[in-house]
Amino acid sequence: MSLKITSKVENQTALLSIAGEVDMCSSPEARKEIAALVKKEIPRIVIDLSGVGYMDSSGVATLIEGLQMCNKYDGKLVVAGLRDNVREVFELTKLDKIFEIYEDAEAALTE
Amino acid sequence: MDEPIIKIRNLHTSYGKRKILKGIDLDVYPYETLVILGRSGCGKSTLLRHIVGLNQPDEGEIIVKGVNIVTASEDEKNEVLKKIGMLFQSGALFNSMTVGENVALPLLEHTPQDENIIKIMTRMKLGMVGLSGFEDFMPSQLSGGMKKRAALARAISMDPDILFCDEPSAGLDPIVAVGIDQLILNLQSAMRMTTVVVTHEMASVFIIADRICLLHEGEIKFLGTKEEMKQSNDPYVVQFLERRADEEHLDPDKYLHELVGEP
Repeated sequence: MSLKITSKVENQTALLSIAGEVDMCSSPEARKEIAALVKKEIPRIVIDLSGVGYMDSSGVATLIEGLQMCNKYDGKLVVAGLRDNVREVFELTKLDKIFEIYEDAEAALTE
Repeated sequence: MDEPIIKIRNLHTSYGKRKILKGIDLDVYPYETLVILGRSGCGKSTLLRHIVGLNQPDEGEIIVKGVNIVTASEDEKNEVLKKIGMLFQSGALFNSMTVGENVALPLLEHTPQDENIIKIMTRMKLGMVGLSGFEDFMPSQLSGGMKKRAALARAISMDPDILFCDEPSAGLDPIVAVGIDQLILNLQSAMRMTTVVVTHEMASVFIIADRICLLHEGEIKFLGTKEEMKQSNDPYVVQFLERRADEEHLDPDKYLHELVGEP
């Protein structure tokens, strides 16, 4: 199943909104969009996951790679709007320790 | 109650003339841990091999995630199997590959993921089984318990919906065995998997089972919860719970003839 992804850049901050199920088949789409923003060295990338009902470990790995690439140019990649089951995946993989997590995209953008 | 994720109906199988499974009917429900219990040779591993499509039955239906894998085409079967993880009794790691390569193999074979993403996923799965930092080790450099953990990491590499474990604690010391049981329990809960475990270790059963299926001579002798099993009056169930050996029926005359070598 393909993802619905929108991207908006304003004031050196990118908002990448992902909707759908991020799984082994669809996560390369998200990876491509994150890589495009990283290539432009956007200082702050907010990934809104409020539209994501399911994320498997390939989705999680995609976010980790994005975070690692951002760190290389001193950028910041944060996530927002995690639904309960996605939050559980973050906790299971201890990603809640390495990602900045915001309640929603608005909170992440106003930070 | 949810629709079963696995439905087995009238399953018969045999090895040559020897009947192994004699009309098994069994449902497995999403997110439960079902333990298939029975003494050696009762058909429990055979049942597991049929569910994952490794063996073809003489008769019957095995419906996994809506697909009858007895009659499904290879392509249909492979699609179902991608979301199934299997922990083999021996671990079945490839000895010529590193631990990391073993875990990454299903991802390289069955997903469109980039190598860098697969490396991250592999490290995550090794971390989940407590083997962070062991990705470059060869299986021969690991202890028995660590090998089982590595095999478990490979079994969950594709984020399976159903995890099958064949004698997960066989050959391990009791402390390591409890650790493996606890790990299976944690993963099952965290990854929301349905788990089917074959074992004859009663200690494991009472740690991990939601329901127990006791097989005896190819038939289901008991199916129910741990509590129901403890309350059962069935002599075989009681014998199993009390870990009593079979009573010996000795024919004195026959025994004497055997000893003195007379026909």
